[in-house]
Amino acid sequence: MLELRGVSRYFGGVRAVDGLDLEVKEGEILGLIGPNGSGKSTTVNLITGLIPLSSGEIRLNGRDLAGLPVHKRLQGGIARTFQNIRLFGQLTVWQNLWVAQNSPQDHARHGFFARWLGGQSGVREEISQLLEFSGLAHKQNELASNLAFGEQRRLELARALAARPKLLLLDEPAAGMNAEEIAELDERIRKLRGRGITVLLIEHHMELVMAITDRVAVLNFGQKIAEGTPAEIQSDAAVQKAYLGGADE
Amino acid sequence: MDFYFGLAQIIGVHTLLGLSAYIVLLTGQVSLAQAAFFAIGAYAAGMLTVLAGWHIVPALGAGMVIGSATACAVGFPALRVKGLMLVIATLAFGEGVRLFFFNFDYQVSKGEVKLGPLGGEGFRQIRFFPENGWSTLEVMLFIWVFVVLVMLVLWWFDRSRYGAVLRAVGEDELAAQSVGINLTAVKVSAMTVGGAVAGLGGGLYAHYTTHIEHASFNILVATFAIAYPIVGGLASVIGTLLAVIFVQGVLVEGLRFLGDWRNLLFGALIVLAMNVRPRGLLDAQAIAWFKRLFGSRSGHA
Repeated sequence: MLELRGVSRYFGGVRAVDGLDLEVKEGEILGLIGPNGSGKSTTVNLITGLIPLSSGEIRLNGRDLAGLPVHKRLQGGIARTFQNIRLFGQLTVWQNLWVAQNSPQDHARHGFFARWLGGQSGVREEISQLLEFSGLAHKQNELASNLAFGEQRRLELARALAARPKLLLLDEPAAGMNAEEIAELDERIRKLRGRGITVLLIEHHMELVMAITDRVAVLNFGQKIAEGTPAEIQSDAAVQKAYLGGADE
Repeated sequence: MDFYFGLAQIIGVHTLLGLSAYIVLLTGQVSLAQAAFFAIGAYAAGMLTVLAGWHIVPALGAGMVIGSATACAVGFPALRVKGLMLVIATLAFGEGVRLFFFNFDYQVSKGEVKLGPLGGEGFRQIRFFPENGWSTLEVMLFIWVFVVLVMLVLWWFDRSRYGAVLRAVGEDELAAQSVGINLTAVKVSAMTVGGAVAGLGGGLYAHYTTHIEHASFNILVATFAIAYPIVGGLASVIGTLLAVIFVQGVLVEGLRFLGDWRNLLFGALIVLAMNVRPRGLLDAQAIAWFKRLFGSRSGHA
């Protein structure tokens, strides 16, 4: 579904991502792990087009994404969440989901005027479902900035889903969450797979990664050092060295 | 009584000027070009009634169209830059337009007199209202019909998805484009709507003062345009109206007895207002309070 070939991004002399080859297959949950600063978030920013490639190419279902602006990539089916939550804090929970309905289906279904100048009644159904899914129905009129941390994470996931993605990039969705919230997140990500959404999961929380991913790729210093099933990765010597290598320095 | 009607005319036109900046400010852009669109609307509508003999209503419509077309054209290159750079770019455009009108001569003989813009002398005798026998009250009501219409349209925008999208862009451009919002289209559209509102305000201004010149559209006017919605708060279009009443009604007129000391106190009071109400005179809290007061439980959704 998504294919990265020789993808590199340099910041000055720093090779944040260095010749990365990665394939996300339709319907799978691919984990992307690595120590801090290994280029995981940069990879997400490259896929969504927030920063341009230094070299290499990214293809979505065979189509080269080069030069495609961020909002077009979203309409192509790539949605994301942010590591440091980026909600529209002065909009309500409901409005956060409303402004994110930018999928081609939504464009086709409503006419221009209904889509832009229509009130909140026309789309109530779908947004209610999203609120239900994220357990935020009782908070729909709350300003997003007033939500608790875990609720903000849930809202951000719901906002990404409002765009009806085919591929969802989750950038450390479990960061700062407690065990109970992580269990809920686990369940939600599994439900997404049930809906046919492909997931690229970037995460530090190893239990979650090992529990729900089909395959895992490991980055270190911008390069892929291992790729395989969760069981293979756990026993991989290079991975253990990357994570634990600091100990014998 | 005519004094108050005249004051109401000023407040009406300045409200339009402020609202033209309000919608652009929602997207987080500070534009100092609003006085230029105001000037373009003023000259265009004035020339159409005086030189082409149009009725005022189509002339105002033409001023709106020309103002919004200019704003749209300026929007594309200008909105590629952000923050202070945009302030400078729009300031430069505004000064450019002012200097254009400083040098703009287009006079036509009407009987024994020559009418039309004459460079630094300005554009005199925009006499549609007196020639057609409109009283100050009638002119005031005419202006306020447009003010109310524009406020209703912008209020409706604010309640629609478009309004929410404008605010989303104003809050976080990076997140907005990541949820599929086309930043350029949204910002240029806000600029275009703002240009239309400023053009309309300019057309009305030209006709109630009957005399315009380049200095009527200087940097001070551009500053007022963005000051109104900032002082009033971006929570609602009503905030801009309140700010104009506060500045033009209370400060400018109410402090006239202070003579030259007025300007000093004027600045101090604006600073004080911004300190007491940092999110504007009419912020979200105040709106919630009014809603409770009138027992409205509508809220959102």
